[in-house]
Amino acid sequence: MRTRGKTSFLIGGLALLSMRSAVAAEQGVNALNYPGPAWSPYVVGVGIGILSWLTFYFSDKPIGASSFYAQVSGFIGKLFAKRHTESLAYFKDNPPRVGWEFVFVISTTGGGAIAAITGGEFVNEWLPPMWIDRFGDSIALRAGVAFGGGLLMAFGARLAGGCTSGHGISGTMQLNVASWIAVICFFIGGIAVAMTLFKL
Amino acid sequence: MIDPGKAVKQSTEKPAPPVAAAPKLLAGVIFGLAFGFLLQKGGVGKFNILIGQLLLQDWTVAKIMLTAIVVGMIGVFTLHHFAKVNLHIKPTRIGSNIIGGLLFGAGFALIGYCPGTAAAALGQGSWDALFGMAGLVAGSWMFAEFSASLKKTVEKWGDLGKVLLPDLLHVPRGVFVVIFAVLLATGLVALEKIFPR
Repeated sequence: MRTRGKTSFLIGGLALLSMRSAVAAEQGVNALNYPGPAWSPYVVGVGIGILSWLTFYFSDKPIGASSFYAQVSGFIGKLFAKRHTESLAYFKDNPPRVGWEFVFVISTTGGGAIAAITGGEFVNEWLPPMWIDRFGDSIALRAGVAFGGGLLMAFGARLAGGCTSGHGISGTMQLNVASWIAVICFFIGGIAVAMTLFKL
Repeated sequence: MIDPGKAVKQSTEKPAPPVAAAPKLLAGVIFGLAFGFLLQKGGVGKFNILIGQLLLQDWTVAKIMLTAIVVGMIGVFTLHHFAKVNLHIKPTRIGSNIIGGLLFGAGFALIGYCPGTAAAALGQGSWDALFGMAGLVAGSWMFAEFSASLKKTVEKWGDLGKVLLPDLLHVPRGVFVVIFAVLLATGLVALEKIFPR
């Protein structure tokens, strides 16, 4: 019953969001009307592929991002409820620490900043233009939806064992069965919800 | 190393120190900078490109991922063949891979970034990524709260262990890598023909 209640709450929320969008925009938005990538996706793909060789060879690590957020949550947890945090099964298996993955994700932000600033693409905006055209200019709405999305996403990543980097790139290139199942499901779930939000 | 006969829980492996050694961290910083740089240049820090992929309008994400997979796969398996690198295989647990994957996807459509691209998006001044990142931290915590019971239930459904596609299909790894690289590359050529962006 509890899960059913949560599910219908989620579906209700999605429906509300699409109804609101009907006010903001009459028709679905087209992603191609907004800025494209600076570089060819093939150049970037080759770059990320070669970067993987290097992280495997020099750091004995696959590229991954989602565990960073779990580590941050562990650090925050330890700050407020040390004993409870240390009693949780996930943190027993993965004690939060400042390791390779931790600094990797933090400096990913730095790399994004360098690329954006040198390429004249630093946007300095609270709302993506495509979001505004679909859902209006309420920062609170965007904050709530992004927070909820992040919540679901991290829960899913931990359950599935990785994210679009850890499974979607590093796991798939190692021909890991888990990663191919996960990444296909990422896109099934993502397409279903995105179509509901942006096309209905 | 765990001694399977005697002690199941006790390991002589030292617990990892709370802060890794400086050279290891320095490498992480350099690789992270490169990753973020590439993600931003590839446009995958942009909300409209990520959502555009989920709406099947903009195929940038698929092109980057498939190219990275082909290039990465060839290099990593070659290095592994010559015993230069370790593989890092995560266990296949069909139940949690599917359920977790679908939840991840649903969240992906709401936030419009993924855990890695949110960091790159923040770097390019897309401040809404901060809300998503706060959600990612909260969601990780929520998972940890439920982790004991999930471990006993969902994570046991369809547990195949650490398994690779070639093992599952009983094809030698080298042969599989070559065939798969050709297949994916052909797929990319077709994708480019149908969807120029």
